[in-house]
Amino acid sequence: MTAPRMALPGGPPGAWARALRTGLGSANAAPVYLVLLVIFVVSWVIVGLAGGSFLTVENVTSVLVRSVALGIVSAGQTLVILAGSLDLSVAYVISVAAVVSSVIMNGDPGRIVIAVVVVLGIGVAVGLTNGLLVTKLRVNPFIATLGVALVLRGLLNAAFDNFAGKVAPQFETLGYGGIGPLPWSVILLVVTVLAVWWLLRSTPFGHHLYAVGGGEETARLSGVRSHRVIIGAHILCSLAAVLTGLFLVSRIRSGAPWIGPDGGYDLESIAAVVVGGTALTGGRGGVWGTLAGVLILAVLDNLFNQLQFNSFLKDVVRGVIIIAAVAIYAQRQRRMSR
Amino acid sequence: MSVTESATASATVGENLLEMRGITKSFFGVTVLDDVDIDCRPGEVHALLGENGAGKSTLMKILSGAHQPDGGTILLDGEEVSFGHPRDAQAKGVSIMYQEFNLLPERTVAQNIYLGREPHRGPIVDQGAMERSTAELLATLDAAGSIRPGSVVRNLSVAQQQTVEIAKALSFRSKILVMDEPTAALSPHEVVSLFERVRLLRARGVGILYISHRLGEIFEIAQRVTVLKDGRRVGTLDVAATTPRQLVRMMVGRELDHYFPPHAVPAEIGQTRLVVHGGGVAGKLHDIDLTVRTGEIVGIGGLAGSGRTELAQALFGVRPFDAGTVELDGKPIRIRSPRQAVRRRMGFVTEDRKVEGLVLLLSVRDNSLLALRSLGSWLRRGAGGPVSIRDLLRSLDLRGAGLDQEVRYLSGGNQQKVVLAKWLASQAQVLIFDEPTRGIDVGAKAGIHELMRELARAGGAILMISSELPELVGMSDRILVMREGAIAGELASDASEDAIMLLATGEHDTVSVA
Repeated sequence: MTAPRMALPGGPPGAWARALRTGLGSANAAPVYLVLLVIFVVSWVIVGLAGGSFLTVENVTSVLVRSVALGIVSAGQTLVILAGSLDLSVAYVISVAAVVSSVIMNGDPGRIVIAVVVVLGIGVAVGLTNGLLVTKLRVNPFIATLGVALVLRGLLNAAFDNFAGKVAPQFETLGYGGIGPLPWSVILLVVTVLAVWWLLRSTPFGHHLYAVGGGEETARLSGVRSHRVIIGAHILCSLAAVLTGLFLVSRIRSGAPWIGPDGGYDLESIAAVVVGGTALTGGRGGVWGTLAGVLILAVLDNLFNQLQFNSFLKDVVRGVIIIAAVAIYAQRQRRMSR
Repeated sequence: MSVTESATASATVGENLLEMRGITKSFFGVTVLDDVDIDCRPGEVHALLGENGAGKSTLMKILSGAHQPDGGTILLDGEEVSFGHPRDAQAKGVSIMYQEFNLLPERTVAQNIYLGREPHRGPIVDQGAMERSTAELLATLDAAGSIRPGSVVRNLSVAQQQTVEIAKALSFRSKILVMDEPTAALSPHEVVSLFERVRLLRARGVGILYISHRLGEIFEIAQRVTVLKDGRRVGTLDVAATTPRQLVRMMVGRELDHYFPPHAVPAEIGQTRLVVHGGGVAGKLHDIDLTVRTGEIVGIGGLAGSGRTELAQALFGVRPFDAGTVELDGKPIRIRSPRQAVRRRMGFVTEDRKVEGLVLLLSVRDNSLLALRSLGSWLRRGAGGPVSIRDLLRSLDLRGAGLDQEVRYLSGGNQQKVVLAKWLASQAQVLIFDEPTRGIDVGAKAGIHELMRELARAGGAILMISSELPELVGMSDRILVMREGAIAGELASDASEDAIMLLATGEHDTVSVA
């Protein structure tokens, strides 16, 4: 680069510029945050006019806690979508993690560790299966992960009807405790998002993920082992779903097979990723956009709850907003390509 | 042919950087390469010539590790190697620049160059080091001023993207560099700077295998040339000791005397078909005035980015004119979409036939019927009476290709003929060709040129965009040269290539440019 650089304190020259370029302000995340801001302000005004309270510590915290489950699973979903794949099995992975950990613990604090280790292992196994199906057997990701989801559903429903087991009381801290006003769950979400961001921005794996999603053949011909990258993304995605399951069971206190599918985490996580500006075809986007997408959905939820919207109408409005957001990105993309 | 062995014999084994011996490869029982030998010395440009389907690309993919040979050996510096993955070849100093660029549009220049082997400290990619060494690489190519390591590739021009490809190939400290039709997408002055970079690489002792269809380039840049035909090596010659005619004969197995069909004589040119007055597209084109008459081929020259393709797209309604008027057969018309253009019996042979010209998964028959079917209602199969596609394709001489074959399996030349068939079937009278013979081998090229001239003689009005100056001069009855979104001037069919370049670059206005 021949352009003169400003020497900024606290880092090598150029590092700041680079961080701005590739970090938070990445080309696609900025408009998503604008949309989030608009929806936030509009909700604030509407709730204020309706006599409710919006910008209070309690309400904002409640919005954040509501975002945790969807946020973590969506962070994982971002990885597979960036790689050009998709994961429809996350909802049942969440249920499996919740039920299995609850059954293993059965109220005994001494078994927290073993429960967590076992469900993380299950996560790795499911992710590996998804990844191998998509890469080695060349099954379309939609079908592969849908099939795995059905298998998991069948196994779950065969073994459990409803609540099974019970988490250890100490484990509930994850769902209800915190440092001062900051809940552990929100910290977990922030750490997950930061970890995914760091992975994408700073590690070879992250660079290869964008490459494989943007052009698998290009990546392969450049020497990237694209199958490993896709499998890795699937494993991380399933692990994120396991984390979500652990968080949810810590709040509900006992696992049930309907936890994941009732939350609609499979399709909602994909919606959050796409609303966050990540291309469904892969190769473009990032986890900060996904976080904004999750927050947009959570703020809307909060607004509808405060206004006591009919839940069917709620779905209609959410559907319209998801479509509108993606239509706006598509228009932007078309203008840029001209 | 006796020309073969004498020239090869002059190379002694020891001085070769690369030797490929007896390479054989077949796909699904079809032999694509049969006992092919090729070698390359340090600091040499060794051209690889052959029609499409002759096996050039397969041979180079074997060299770069993307395919594995069924038989034969590869020696690098006298040592036998085998590449199971492109990674292995890169590690040994063999890299390849593909014809279709292998760059990720959404990633930066530095990220593309170091893809797959990002410099890292522990688990962290060292972005600073990556951008610094990218800047150094670009500097060795005299491109540091125009390309920044942090630029997103999507925002670069085609020529800049190619420079990035070269920089990427160099970053492997390559001893052998394969360039697969590097000039296909470049304008003439970009070719000049590409060749400067190639000479720079030669001076550093890099051995270059250079695939091209353009004979002129081979005589300008290469020292030796190997000709392949139908998966076999016809011969290897010193470029200084051969002629274009000899090479063409080796490639196609016959002489091509009339490389271009004769121009139209005045009696063949009829009434005015298409007129544009003051046409413009915001930000792309302005003040376009042009006329095309029955029976003539009007060539459109100019540098890449001068607005040639935009003009074709505006005429065909892809991105319509937003200023000026268009008349067809004396009547003012407005074309707002390709469908309207097709209904007015216009046809557009696009630059990128694989994306814009053909549906690759459909058969030859279905592709040729695309435009015709779109004219009909859902019950009637198309307007304008019955056309026998079978006869049409027979007249186009689709050597060996069946009607039900998927077009993706056809050679470039045959694919282009199917695109033509599509417009012939819809009885298009005004035809726009955008780079009609790009990526098409010499034999098929002559066939396409012949067809274009026949169409003109049969009463067609043809606009032809071309970056190849010999084609522009050889085919056009008049030449319009574009510059910066406008028509810079008109030249007669006997214009010199220099005159076209002067108009295209505008250097006759601004004398100061050396």
